[in-house]
Amino acid sequence: MAHETGEVAHEAAHTSAEYIRHHLQNLTYGQLPDGSWGIAHSAEEAKEMGFWALNLDTFIMSLLLGAVIMFLFRSVAKSVVSGAPSGLQNFCEWAIEFVDNSVRGSFSAKNNMVAPLALTIFFWVFCMNLMDLIPIDWVPGLLGLLGVPFFKVVPSTDPNATFGMAIGVFLLVLYYSVKMKGFGGFMGELTLQPFGKWGMPVNFLLEGVNLIAKPISLALRLFGNMYAGEMIFILIALMGGAWAGFSMGGVTLFGSQILLSLGWAIFHILIVTLQAFIFMTLTVVYLDMAHQEHH
Amino acid sequence: MNINATLLAQLIMFALFVWFCMKFVWTPIVAALDARKKQIADGLADAERAKHDLELASKRSAEILREAKEKAGEIVTNGEKRASEIVEEAKNQAKVEGDRIVAGAKAEIDQEVFRAKEQLRTQVSAIALAGAGKILGREIDAKAHNDLLDKLVAEI
Repeated sequence: MAHETGEVAHEAAHTSAEYIRHHLQNLTYGQLPDGSWGIAHSAEEAKEMGFWALNLDTFIMSLLLGAVIMFLFRSVAKSVVSGAPSGLQNFCEWAIEFVDNSVRGSFSAKNNMVAPLALTIFFWVFCMNLMDLIPIDWVPGLLGLLGVPFFKVVPSTDPNATFGMAIGVFLLVLYYSVKMKGFGGFMGELTLQPFGKWGMPVNFLLEGVNLIAKPISLALRLFGNMYAGEMIFILIALMGGAWAGFSMGGVTLFGSQILLSLGWAIFHILIVTLQAFIFMTLTVVYLDMAHQEHH
Repeated sequence: MNINATLLAQLIMFALFVWFCMKFVWTPIVAALDARKKQIADGLADAERAKHDLELASKRSAEILREAKEKAGEIVTNGEKRASEIVEEAKNQAKVEGDRIVAGAKAEIDQEVFRAKEQLRTQVSAIALAGAGKILGREIDAKAHNDLLDKLVAEI
């Protein structure tokens, strides 16, 4: 990963900022300033496209990863046997039991949708996060040769992806809150506690914030962790980028890039798994809260 | 890093994946897992039942064995009793038979003795007659002294 960055970094002083910016820009498809539809070639162009634009990299990567997971699980589900399992079925059964146990641990109501939801979230988010372990310049560098200006490989570093999922979860929370408690019950929960009916505005404010905080924290936690992790990978990559020949400092920087990115990648395996697990567990907990009358 | 329609795309993808997972992944795999769970539980229950059956069977076989031994003992005792009975009977029979033979032999002997006596008597009377005739020098009329002779014979 150092080699691609090398030539960029020592062209001029401001290029490391450009390098970082380049890595943080999504491949956005939308309406260009001249009215035609196409891919934005700069951050400004992408910004001007407004809401009706699509981050192709996020979209393609998450669709691809989701499809791969579903294909994997589906292929097992099609040939599933109740006898002695083998190969991939072992893995899928382990995955399903792991998710099932987590769900049983924190979800007390009965709902057939929650466990598959948790399974999807865990493995989808896990795979999206896992893309962070691909050396950061490989995919954008390769696609750059084909003329693709930007490509962010990790969909969960795009707030669109994390908020998309969090909003999905939030809609489910709202749906089940209303379904389980009735609209009145849900409203009562929002307005009648913690201060009783005379403190209704204050209650609504507090509970509203409480409610809204759920999807926002869910989305921002994942996004923040993955974004920060990727940022550190970029910064480590820049160290090697500062390499200018076989000077003492250059070799030291190059070596420390290798060591640091190895260390950070190993540590990142933990974060990747943990964030996927947290997203899943919190989703289950929020849905459990939506199913329960609490006073 | 702009919020744009990717959000909606992600939301829709999310919903589709969850739906797919629920419908085509979770249900069949969990069904298989449940089936296996049931199979194992059934197997364990069967094993338990078989163990119980085995216990019953071994208990029953021990019972049968004990009964058979008892019966065999009884049969042996009966046999022994019967054998001694038979021996006793045979002894009795032999005794009776022996007695009978002895009695028969005695009777025969008696008869023989009687016959010998008779013969002897006859011969004695003949000898007496001849002797008397010789002594008297003349013939004694056997007819005239028949009753005398008879008396004599009877006396011998």
